[in-house]
Amino acid sequence: MQAKPFGLLLLALALLLGTGLGIAGGQSAGKPPTLTIGYLELEDDPRYDEAHMDAMFPAQPWGRPYPGAVVALEESRFHAMAAGTEFELRREIVAEPSDLVPTLQTMIEDGMRFILLDLPAEHVAALARTTQDEDMMLFNVSALEDSLRQQQCQAHLFHVAPSRTMLTDALAQYLVFKKWRDVLVLKGPKPADEDYYEAFGRSAKRYGLSIEAVKDFVLGADPRQRGQNNVALLTAASDADAVVVIDSDGEFARAVPYQTQQPQLVVGSAGLVPDWWHWAWSRHGAPQLNDRFIRATGRLMTGYDWSAWMAVKAIAEAVLRTESSEFAALQDYLRSDELILDGFKGYRLDFRPWNNQLRQPIFLTTENWVVARAPLPGFLHQTNNLETLGLDETENQCEF
Amino acid sequence: MRSKGTSLARILFVVPTLVWPASGALAKDTGYIFVSSEDDDVVTVLEGGTLEKVKDIPTAERPRGLHFSPGHRLLYVACGDGDSIDVIDVGKLAVVNQLNVGDDPETFDLSPDGDVMYVSNEDDAMMTAFNLENEQPIGSVAVGPEPEGVLATPDGKSVYVASEVASMVHVIDAKNLSLRNNIVVAARPRRFALTPDGKELWVSSEIGGRVSIIDTATGEVIDEIPFEPEGFRVEDITPVGITTTKDGATAFVALGGANHVAVVDVEDREVYEYMLVGKRPWNLELTTDDQTLYVANGQSDDLSVIDVAELKVTRSVPVGRVPYGVAIDD
Repeated sequence: MQAKPFGLLLLALALLLGTGLGIAGGQSAGKPPTLTIGYLELEDDPRYDEAHMDAMFPAQPWGRPYPGAVVALEESRFHAMAAGTEFELRREIVAEPSDLVPTLQTMIEDGMRFILLDLPAEHVAALARTTQDEDMMLFNVSALEDSLRQQQCQAHLFHVAPSRTMLTDALAQYLVFKKWRDVLVLKGPKPADEDYYEAFGRSAKRYGLSIEAVKDFVLGADPRQRGQNNVALLTAASDADAVVVIDSDGEFARAVPYQTQQPQLVVGSAGLVPDWWHWAWSRHGAPQLNDRFIRATGRLMTGYDWSAWMAVKAIAEAVLRTESSEFAALQDYLRSDELILDGFKGYRLDFRPWNNQLRQPIFLTTENWVVARAPLPGFLHQTNNLETLGLDETENQCEF
Repeated sequence: MRSKGTSLARILFVVPTLVWPASGALAKDTGYIFVSSEDDDVVTVLEGGTLEKVKDIPTAERPRGLHFSPGHRLLYVACGDGDSIDVIDVGKLAVVNQLNVGDDPETFDLSPDGDVMYVSNEDDAMMTAFNLENEQPIGSVAVGPEPEGVLATPDGKSVYVASEVASMVHVIDAKNLSLRNNIVVAARPRRFALTPDGKELWVSSEIGGRVSIIDTATGEVIDEIPFEPEGFRVEDITPVGITTTKDGATAFVALGGANHVAVVDVEDREVYEYMLVGKRPWNLELTTDDQTLYVANGQSDDLSVIDVAELKVTRSVPVGRVPYGVAIDD
């Protein structure tokens, strides 16, 4: 077992108290020391626009993910007890992007060493760059951009949310698994759609899909643009097996199924959608977690909520296994190959050492079911089949 | 340690097995095999020899854990979505009572005298002790989230409860229903087996992919048994069900996603055989004579039948959808 001698633990605590690392309050006070986990988000984050969330687009947020962290904290009470500590969450909602850096600095000054970032990619990148010399760990819970895992990576930035590439790899695996190899791509106009398309293009190449054509769509009803806004016209010349909709927004995608000219399958941002959590997943303790989340929030749990939950669970697991609240011990454990996280998806999860991305299965979902879980049968990797999803070490451009 | 002369089994899985011979007068000895099927809301009854289906006994929703009363007059079935423990009369092959033991019961055990039922309430993170005489709860203990396996010790003093989410084994004082200890084990602990001398508690961990062995005197994990069936990755190895022969020499562990049952030499703590069974073997049960092992395969909706002497799968028998547990009235 990983049990450490008690003396060592006391020593660690004493050191911590001396340097003020991560621990507020002292053992001599009779109250257990508290490990505070920070949570930083933006008030006007466009991804959490109310109307947009109410539309419940697949694989998009249906509410702010913060309650996921709360549910995880509640689950971790016994973890804290076993380590002689207490967990607490401190949530900071910042009004202006310009306040992000000062707020994060204050959180660090207050002793927080584990901070969840629930922010758009540009802010995640900026905050991680600003704090790269700090002794701390940042957890990205909601930005999917591959660039954060590649050129913009940082040694202390961990990604609990999957990358876009992990999601498109899962989709490509499913299409190949079903031998629906010929696809038509409908691509949206936003910069995020460009990233999404790039990820899909790479997945198509990796798994051998044939892209029959790529058509740009626009949202609207302008008859002069009907070649781009009318699904029947966009798909008229196609005899592909499936129509892949690349729509980071979701509004166009939701109207594509059943509107294609041919009886084609729709996948991507509508129809069969890769997602990293689903309220209908019925195995590995998922129904119980989904129930706990519904009780806490009154709504269904999404991948974004799962990421916030998973980040806190990872920290709690490190506390349980090291019987410590010392930052160095927890960080070492989270980076080690001893780490086994239970994401309620049925695999052992841990972080890829080359870019700090959490390895995890991806679900292929419909609006009320999980059709399959990737890696699909037959997609094998020499070390870990989860490596068939996302950037493998050979593609790595991240240098810490 | 390997004293062949001892008549005591080195490991006994469930308490009712221990007390069964003493109350044999009440036993039905039908030879029937009872299998709970989560998605069909039935307990399927098979004829012991022929494995012909005798009956499907309808139960409340999502029947899972199964235990006989001492003497096998009754079979208790935990029905998670029905929020009840259904009580089957083994003579009548019908549900004759329903016990309200709290929400979402999955697994449970009985006190050695059969008077008290200890139930894990998965959704409420509680272990509830329930008086089977007056059908009233005695009390509850708050445990880690998603409590799973329950084992009441034969001396009547302790109850072990595994919390899947806290990765802990809780040691509960059976008398005053208080938490005596929390023992950290590998991720997602599920089921228990206890040595008859009470010195070792074996715990299967589904995500940890191993069995942890706890020294019950110190509460320390003293050893771990990993599983490496050929052709499977660590992520496929999700051990859950665990049972042992009466002589305590051999343990059988169902490996879930790895579609195998591991055969473990208890003394050496070494796996010496892997047997291919159906898809996602979950729980398993031996006949009293230790000749036959039945394995419920959750994802192939069948029951594997294993000849223990030969360590060979001799048959597989279709049962209901998502078979969960097996109980044998022999």
